[in-house]
Amino acid sequence: MAVLELDSIAKSYGDGPDAVAAIHDVSVAAQEGELLCIVGPSGCGKTTLLRCVAGLLAPTSGQVRMGDEVVTRTPRSMALVFQDYSRSLLPWLDLRHNVTLPLQSRGVGRKERDRMADAALESVGLDGHGHKYPWQLSGGMQQRTAIARALAYEPEILLMDEPFASVDAQTRAELEDLLLDVWSRRALTVLLVTHDIDEAVYLADRVVVLSKSPTRVKESLTVELPRPRDQIRTKELPEFAHMRAQIFASIKEESAHAVS
Amino acid sequence: MRFFTRTRTGRVVLQLALPVFLLWLWWVTSENSTSYAYPPLSDVLEQLREDWMFDQVPTDLVPSLARFSAGYAIAVVAGIAGGLVLGLMPRVQRAAQPVTEFLRAIPPPLLLPFVIVTLGIGNGAKVAVIALGSVWVILLNAVDGVRSVDPVLLDTAASFQLSRRRTIWRVVLPAASPQIAVGMRTGLAVGLIMMIISEMQGSTNGLGYQVLAAQRSFDTASMFAGIIVIGLVGLLVNLGFVLAEKRIMRWYRGARGLLDENEAARPTARRRAAERRTANAAATRDTPSRVAPVHSHLRPTRIRHQEA
Repeated sequence: MAVLELDSIAKSYGDGPDAVAAIHDVSVAAQEGELLCIVGPSGCGKTTLLRCVAGLLAPTSGQVRMGDEVVTRTPRSMALVFQDYSRSLLPWLDLRHNVTLPLQSRGVGRKERDRMADAALESVGLDGHGHKYPWQLSGGMQQRTAIARALAYEPEILLMDEPFASVDAQTRAELEDLLLDVWSRRALTVLLVTHDIDEAVYLADRVVVLSKSPTRVKESLTVELPRPRDQIRTKELPEFAHMRAQIFASIKEESAHAVS
Repeated sequence: MRFFTRTRTGRVVLQLALPVFLLWLWWVTSENSTSYAYPPLSDVLEQLREDWMFDQVPTDLVPSLARFSAGYAIAVVAGIAGGLVLGLMPRVQRAAQPVTEFLRAIPPPLLLPFVIVTLGIGNGAKVAVIALGSVWVILLNAVDGVRSVDPVLLDTAASFQLSRRRTIWRVVLPAASPQIAVGMRTGLAVGLIMMIISEMQGSTNGLGYQVLAAQRSFDTASMFAGIIVIGLVGLLVNLGFVLAEKRIMRWYRGARGLLDENEAARPTARRRAAERRTANAAATRDTPSRVAPVHSHLRPTRIRHQEA
């Protein structure tokens, strides 16, 4: 069953003949429990699209639906992880208070909040770091904190905007596996936007390839790779290489269009 | 030379050297002076003791500081509140800009005649002069600070359904606070100036009044003594502000990598409390492995590039 539907989303900036179309027409449906990756060439409006999905930006036309409801602001059952952890974590709060801030508005009691925060921090491997400040930690640990904050919020849908693009390759692989781990342990639908084809194939149940701007859906490919996935063994499989090549060709075609 | 830069005593000695030298210079050059404009430093110090230890403390120093505190407090509250309103509503800000810029451009001492005409010369009028003098720089910095809050932070707040009120208190204000602190610090200096100026017209007490009165009665030693007191008041008020700012804005310097080694290694009060709680909880549970955090404040806590 589709838990999240993007129905003919279009977004343009400006009015009349000067209007610049960023997103032309994007329709995607995420199934319950699915890990869906959206890849596209750089500058194809991935972040714009994700902000529309989260209700942070109103699309020019089309609508985002969760069940029967049209998304106009971020629904309670949705949590976001931004690319730039250093800008989305609050540097004046320690990790625990960063995680508990969203819970306060929900009227969760203080003891319960702390318990939830500690559990979330533990699930991302940050137990015992709760009283440190984000700026005392490495980039990878900061992004773990952002993931913990999203998990403690107990969403049904996790939206991630290039969440691992700002960390080094080693950390990136660790965070990918962390995501697969928490996703497999919770009933969570994940919508992850990335420009990294390997990452998309490695993580996803399904990869949606976007065209260059004005953006539309180019293709949607189901990833049949077995789970649990493994950084070495999965990436050795011929199916992985095949899928990766297929998406790469598709995106390269887009860039070629852009040049001609 | 390393003595002056590397050791605590050395740094103190370095900072005291010039003031001590200047006082000595003042002492020897004024020692046998008979000029009424340049009385011997010994007379000035004698006068300082006589006037300000502590006869004029309750009659002049306290009223001055009380008016200053009230005026500055009003300026801070009004400046931040106004900064939030204008910063969060760009259209209102644009409409108000010509007025705020004009009012800021007026040299604060010119407020005095205006306030005397409208409010008279009572305590309230003096408080108003101080508040009106220092509010603009606080306001304009607050507007800047609020307007330059990172949009990603606002997206974050919105995505987690933080109410507008909570977003302002927990996200916008802290994010704008470094810029607000800059305004408050400048406002502090303006406020002190306005405190003195407001006491030089239609006043019967206060630091500014005493200095002016001493000058007018050709009591130069007393005038110098008053100036020294004013200088010390300014120094201490600024010092207090800087120390408070350093503590409250620790996160800001930390986030910008400006903490020095000593500071970074020193755990904050909150952290010490957290560790005590962990330790107590562990002790009552009697699980030896969890007792470790008790001693963790002995370790340096700078873990910038460590990966879990």
